[in-house]
Amino acid sequence: MSTSWNIPGTPVFGGDEARKGYALNKMCFSFNDKANRDAFKADEDGYMAKYNLTDEQKAAIGSRNVLQLIAAGGNVYYLAKFAGIFGLSVQDIGAQQTGLSLDDFKAHLVTQGQ
Amino acid sequence: MANVIGGLATSHVPSIGGAIAKGLQQDPYWKPFFDAFDSIHAFLEREKPDVAVVIYNDHGLSHFLDKMPTFAIGAAEEYKNADEGWGIPVLPAFPGHAALSWHIIESLVNDEFDITSCQEHLVDHAFSLPLKLMYPDAKWPVRTVPITINSVQHPLPSALRCWKLGQAIGRALESWPGAEKIVVLGTGGLSHQLDGTRAGFINKDFDLLCLDKIVNDPVALTKYSNKEIIELAGSQGVELMCWIAMRGALQGRVSQLHSTYHVPISNTGGAVLLLENAPRAQAMAAE
Repeated sequence: MSTSWNIPGTPVFGGDEARKGYALNKMCFSFNDKANRDAFKADEDGYMAKYNLTDEQKAAIGSRNVLQLIAAGGNVYYLAKFAGIFGLSVQDIGAQQTGLSLDDFKAHLVTQGQ
Repeated sequence: MANVIGGLATSHVPSIGGAIAKGLQQDPYWKPFFDAFDSIHAFLEREKPDVAVVIYNDHGLSHFLDKMPTFAIGAAEEYKNADEGWGIPVLPAFPGHAALSWHIIESLVNDEFDITSCQEHLVDHAFSLPLKLMYPDAKWPVRTVPITINSVQHPLPSALRCWKLGQAIGRALESWPGAEKIVVLGTGGLSHQLDGTRAGFINKDFDLLCLDKIVNDPVALTKYSNKEIIELAGSQGVELMCWIAMRGALQGRVSQLHSTYHVPISNTGGAVLLLENAPRAQAMAAE
């Protein structure tokens, strides 16, 4: 069952996404542990194989592209742990998704408070 | 009889933990948010609560998609914080209150809220950072009860359902025979969105409306559907449900002691709200 609300630019993670993204999100959930983050960094392909990622999910992980990861079934709460491996903040991933520079994205946040 | 003395709502963004670790509380970016806690500290010093019931959403530390509870309650004598993957410091373990947890569980199920009980339950930043903000020395003087609301996987419970959950928690706390002074926390929000091409969306007007309604007319907020809340407050703006549940647990005469709104903290409309709850008997006597 999909939750298709069609809110522009706003993914909704419902049953369809939860099924599609299960392997990807399970791998990202494992990144709560430093040992697992280190194992991923040491051998990305081997680590993804262990979690049975689909080809689409493997490509999305390889791309480091958040919108592509969401399209592959990724949930932002678990993807944040993947981003953490590279020291990326939610502002870094916000800038990447909106196509803004980090400075412009931060300025956009400030503007909305004025 | 236990005494619910008040409610505290605060944003819980992880970078608050980073700011604390780096000592940035007086940095111009962070100062308006951290300064809000001067009022909170004065309240805690004066009232010295014994218990904090913390209503929040887990972000993929304790709960995964294999078994995703809509509502879950910790039922342990201790709750550990843990690494969430992005390097904010892990805080000391929090004392629980298993007897009170089980009382709430029994009361809620009797009240037709079929919640999940958790004897092992890791608490993430949405639980730990508000307590660290309340008690900066991290020597926790309160015993705690964590209560989580699913915000990860739709369908999420509605604002109305979370309001009713809060009311049921309030009834459970009122019927607890202990003499503890209890504060109820609701953490998260206000408007923010992390994912999609609308990432970075903040809605100051809606946040200010919520800050008013949560005090003076919380039922008005229960009229919004989750779709409407996401449109108005962003994907993660649904954390408002934790504030609504907190407010529902305050059964007495509620008055606002402090309110702060500051944009942005990280990607979020930052907000802190402190409510006093005059017990029902006292409230009735005053009317």
